[in-house]
Order: sequence, then structure tokens, then C-alpha cells
Amino acid sequence: MIDYKLKLDKLTKTFGRRLIFDNIEYEFHSGNVYGISGPNGSGKSTLVKIIAGLISPTQGKVIHESEGKVVVEEKLHNHVGFISPYLVLYDEFSAWENLKLISDIRGISFKDEKIAALLENFNLYGRRNDMLKTYSSGMKQRIKFIFALQHEPQLLILDEPTSNLDDEGKEKFYNIIENEGKKNLVLIASNEKADLALCSEKINLNDYKPEQGKK
Amino acid sequence: MKAFSLFLKDWQSEVRTRYAINALAMFILVTISVILFSIGSERISTHLSGGLLWVVIFFSAMSGLSRAFVSEEERGTTLTLQLIAAPATIFSGKLVFNVILVFLMNVVIASLYSLLFESFVIENHALFLLAFVLGSLGIAISSTIIAAIISKASSKGTLYPVLSFPILLPLILTLLQLTKFAMDGKSIEASFAELAVLVSYDVIMLTASYLLFDFIWKD
Repeated sequence: MIDYKLKLDKLTKTFGRRLIFDNIEYEFHSGNVYGISGPNGSGKSTLVKIIAGLISPTQGKVIHESEGKVVVEEKLHNHVGFISPYLVLYDEFSAWENLKLISDIRGISFKDEKIAALLENFNLYGRRNDMLKTYSSGMKQRIKFIFALQHEPQLLILDEPTSNLDDEGKEKFYNIIENEGKKNLVLIASNEKADLALCSEKINLNDYKPEQGKK
Repeated sequence: MKAFSLFLKDWQSEVRTRYAINALAMFILVTISVILFSIGSERISTHLSGGLLWVVIFFSAMSGLSRAFVSEEERGTTLTLQLIAAPATIFSGKLVFNVILVFLMNVVIASLYSLLFESFVIENHALFLLAFVLGSLGIAISSTIIAAIISKASSKGTLYPVLSFPILLPLILTLLQLTKFAMDGKSIEASFAELAVLVSYDVIMLTASYLLFDFIWKD
């Protein structure tokens, strides 16, 4: 297991004059599954995007450490796997082509057997050569799991991971989280009780909001 | 290599969707036809035909080169790119795509031009070729960084030519001058100052683009 540590140091985010969350201080360690909860609009997606380096915090910083060494921002994408409903893959390519192109752009080797096994696991192998535009929303959600896992990330960020998934898909997801949570750091941002039940620790973003009228 | 893979992805995507090529082809055909119809049987001066060449190139570039980033934003795939590559890789990949697209576009325009306009006669081909290559490179670099800037705006179509015009103006003016020199048969040595301006423009735009792109790319 690679030791991966994530530290949120006095993290604050505002959009214009609207404060999303204030002064979050937290440490996450590999080998655990953490939950991020809060009502709609509480900033769950904003927080995971900041952690993944997709947007900047207004104040504070996020420190990623792999084996005790700070991960520089330019290399962060190779350590992070990310799934969200607003993530979109390329509709004009097939699932196989998408995964191959993404591997090439990442600069990692594309292992046919491994990708085939992942596609098989998510019941997509038979449709691997079909264009993504012909996929249902649930199938697109499944392919995002393979997208997030194909480069074996040490930090897996899952924003509303079970949206659009059927019961079988959810079952697969829970199995993956169980396995990934043993060796990697997993963050789940969700309101689903079943998703949060997988987490050993939970952050409620309501705890990081000032009292009404204070700010 | 990663940037080249991104270029290949864009190229294959373009071949399948024809997002930019169709727009460019139609624009080139329509613009050259309009110029031909408006001239009619009159013979325009050599220098004017040289000037019109760069007008066609400028507006054709405005019609298709924003594709590099705008199509990613419109399809919602920007996040995917942010998750798989460093900003410098993304800019390099998009730049290679635009450089090839600009060269293809400019070769087609210049070929059609030399076939259809009798007055478009180049005396010093080496000078024109040099200006053509450096100019195409400058247009590709500027168009790529401007496309990245406007991709997150709501009125992309309007903003692109508006923002491009002041940035491309010094380049277009220098290219007009060099085309005139090439038509007059002036030597490369005598056009050194203008060529140096082109090289400087390309180097400055390239350096500034790589420095700026990190800030543009991240929200």
C-alpha cells in the first residue's frame, strides 16, 4: 500500500460574496474511506473539485503527499481518480477508444487484459466498440469508473457515485470501494445513506458554515 | 508524446465530427466567391490582391480556430482533460492541432488565390514562403491562446474576432508588408526587419501563452 496523505489547511471558498465553506482543516490518510455530506448546495462538489486541483480555493491550501513527498500540481492528475455526474467522456469515440486515448494522453501504458477485465466487471465488454453516444446514462456512469481506476490512482474522489446506477451497478460500486478503501484513500461526496455507510469518517459541510448573518 | 496523443485525439475527433473543417471550407469558398463576384471583370492591383489574401486568411481563422477549446467546453469534456493532463501538455496538443489546421487552411486559400486571381503574382517566392510559414505559425499560436480565453465566456462567437483583432493586427500588418515586398521582388536581406518582427511576434506570443495558460485553464 502506498502511503497517501491529504491535508486541507484552513480551506475557505467563496463565489462572489457567497461563502460556501469556511476554514476547513482536516487530514485524510490512505487505507480509509471518508464521506463528505451536506444538503444540496452545501459545497460538496466544490470541495472535491478543489481537492482534485480543478478549481482554486479562496483561502487556504490543499496538500497532497505520496510516500511522504509533496505531490506537485503538474503531476497531481496521475495520483487522482475522479468520478462525478458532470464528468463527460468523448461521445464520438467507443468505450475502448476513449480509454486508449486517455491512457495515451496520461502517458501510461494501455494494458488490454486489465481494461478488458474492468469492462467485463462492469458488464460493458460486449459494448466496448460501440460509440459512447449510444450508451445509456447508467452505462456512461459505469465507464467513468473504469476511467477513474485505469491508472491505479492513490486518491479516489467520488462525487455522487451511484447516480444513474441500477442495483447491480451499485453492488459493483460497493465492492470496488471496499477493495480500494483497503489500499488507497477514498473520498465519497454524497447524500445517499448507503454510500455514506461505507465511510469510516464523515465530514458534514454544515459544520463549516458560519452562522446566518455572520459573514 | 502526451501532447502528440492529445493532438491525435483532436484530429480523430475532427475527422468524425468535422466541427472545424466544414466551417473553414465553407467560409473560404464563400469569401473567395464574394470577392470574385464583387470584382467582376475588373482587374485589381497586385498589392490589393495581396492584401485581400490576408483578409481572407484572418476571417477564415476566426471562423474555425476557436474549435480547439470551445468544442471541449460545449461538450463538457474540459473537466476530463483537466483530470488527465498537465496544462502545458493540453496547450501543446491544442497548439499542434491548430498549427496543422492553419497550414492546411492557408495552403488551400493561397492555392485557390493563385488560380483565381490573375493579379496575384509573387516575384520572390522564397520571401513569400518565409512570411507565409512564420505568419501561419503566429496566427495558430494567437488563435489557440485566445480560444482558451474565450472558451469559458458566454458569447464566444462574438468575443473571438473582437479579442483576436488587436492581437493579430501587428502580425497581419507585417504580413501585408512582406507580401507586398514579395510581389515587388524585394530580397530576403532587404526585408530582414519585417521578418525579425514576425519571428519576435511568434516567440513572444508562444512564451506569453505558456505562461498565461495555467491561469486561464484553472477556474
